[in-house]
Amino acid sequence: MATTTVAGRRKAQTLPGERSLVASPSTWFVWAGMAVFLVFLAGIIVAVVVDSFGKQWFEGWLPAAWSTSWYSSAWERFELGEVIGVTVGVALAVVVISVLVGVPASYLLARRSFPGKKAVTALFLLPILMPPITYGIPLATVMYAFGLGRTVVAVILVNLVPSIPFVILTMTPFIEQINPSIESAARMCGASIRQVFTRVLAPLLVPGILAAGILVLVRTVGMFELTFLVSGPGSDTLVVSIYRAMTSAGGGEARQLISAMAVMYTVTMLVILVVALRFVNPTQLVARVKDARED
Amino acid sequence: MTTTTAGRARSTASLRHRLAERGIDPLLLLVLPALLFTLALFVYPFAYGIGLTFQPTAATQAQWGGGVLANYVAFFGDPFVRDSIWITMRLAVPAALLNVVLSVPVAMVLRRKFRGKRLMSSLLVLPITLGTVLTAQGLLIFAGRQGWINRFFLTIGLIDEPLKLVNNYLGVMFSLIITGFPFAFLLVSSYLSGIDPSLESAARTLGAGWWQRFRKIVLPLLAPGLATTFILTFVLAFSVFPSARLVGDPGGETRVMALMAYRSFGEQLDYPMASTIALVMGLVELVVVAIVFAWRSLLYKGSTGGKG
Repeated sequence: MATTTVAGRRKAQTLPGERSLVASPSTWFVWAGMAVFLVFLAGIIVAVVVDSFGKQWFEGWLPAAWSTSWYSSAWERFELGEVIGVTVGVALAVVVISVLVGVPASYLLARRSFPGKKAVTALFLLPILMPPITYGIPLATVMYAFGLGRTVVAVILVNLVPSIPFVILTMTPFIEQINPSIESAARMCGASIRQVFTRVLAPLLVPGILAAGILVLVRTVGMFELTFLVSGPGSDTLVVSIYRAMTSAGGGEARQLISAMAVMYTVTMLVILVVALRFVNPTQLVARVKDARED
Repeated sequence: MTTTTAGRARSTASLRHRLAERGIDPLLLLVLPALLFTLALFVYPFAYGIGLTFQPTAATQAQWGGGVLANYVAFFGDPFVRDSIWITMRLAVPAALLNVVLSVPVAMVLRRKFRGKRLMSSLLVLPITLGTVLTAQGLLIFAGRQGWINRFFLTIGLIDEPLKLVNNYLGVMFSLIITGFPFAFLLVSSYLSGIDPSLESAARTLGAGWWQRFRKIVLPLLAPGLATTFILTFVLAFSVFPSARLVGDPGGETRVMALMAYRSFGEQLDYPMASTIALVMGLVELVVVAIVFAWRSLLYKGSTGGKG
């Protein structure tokens, strides 16, 4: 009884927008759900890391002995130097090409209306809305027919299919929020279109291009389905070679070897993402559009 | 406009000018590279693949008959392949729904200001870096027969025998939630941040409880965003492939369409059949997306909202 009156008084005293310290049951429910999720997540990560450093781990809570030998043997066994080289090379090539191709297109879509614009936009949207396998299989068939199968070029081309639309879709709202009168002013002062692009738009677009480029980088490094369909020895990226090691004929490789590779993969991704988060707040990509549209 | 000025306009204004008035000018060339890439790498292969589906291999024709349609006859005639539609849906729809439904309360709670909020949202987004393959490996170790989960439950005496959490439907579902939830959470919280908090404050001053505020204000404004989130997580879950193979039961319970398509492509080298499965897969997926879009436009209330 006393507590309810206290709580009631407290509620009455709080300013609008302020909250009482006592959380409602629903909040506790949410926190419990999040706790379960995080326990699962921590379990998965810690299990893989422990496994990758364990000498032998069949029974018991922890491995009997520790070593780093799985890393060195995985590095040699799967020629990871080459694999990581391919992964980085492919990812950078995809980022550069998709930005060079995507940004001009998104500028046009943001600024102009032209006949067939809706159809073009839909065409760019489609590869993002379709599961990669559905267009990956016909695409891979064509690649093999052209003799491009299992080459690094094929891997790059395949990854461009979802990346270019991705750059266009993330950059269009970004360009929309840049005031067009800046460009008009530059044109009035006698700047050519090229100058408007290099001197006015490019500096303003750098944060957006960085955001889109880093997201494409993360996507390409993590892209399994498309790369898997067209890659082979010498053109496998890291994810694909981990998958191949897990499913190779004869029961697969030693589990710890794969754990070691998976840890290396995650550390790579983590580094990219930490760098990315220093530059961009991913939630802004969608939310910012609404802010810009209001005026 | 009189005829004389119109005549003069025609004489001086070039074709280029007149086209520019309708929005066609050299600047349009900017879209050309992207368009060419999409045509060459997406449209052409797709058309080629559709063509392939009508060129069944001799083996398919011999087994299933049906002439040029043999691939489709084989697809819908063979329960091993046909059932993969149902199997994929049974995984993808609940996974996408769960991810969307669960991320709403989490995003609502994390919208408030409190200490450690940034850390919390970073932790929730972290699994994006894991990738399906590491998630699969982790699940196999953590939730396997000898894993920590089973060990814990056995030690406290809750169960007598290890639970079967991986290499079945459940394992794939776990992996879909772990990879899909952070994505859904990120999208939902960004849509949520687009809703003006003063609308809720206004409702509060009028005496609406939290459920009323959620039901009457937040939910209708959020619904279009939720539909988009559902579509994107559905596409992710629908194309599940590596985890269905690694933590699932690829011959039975989690025999998803992507696995079937890859089996024809990579193992049987039957490219026409592989294209057929891929095409049917795309069609099924687009039907679901179209249904959600239709529902979304039915429900759409506009981003300003509150005006009825």
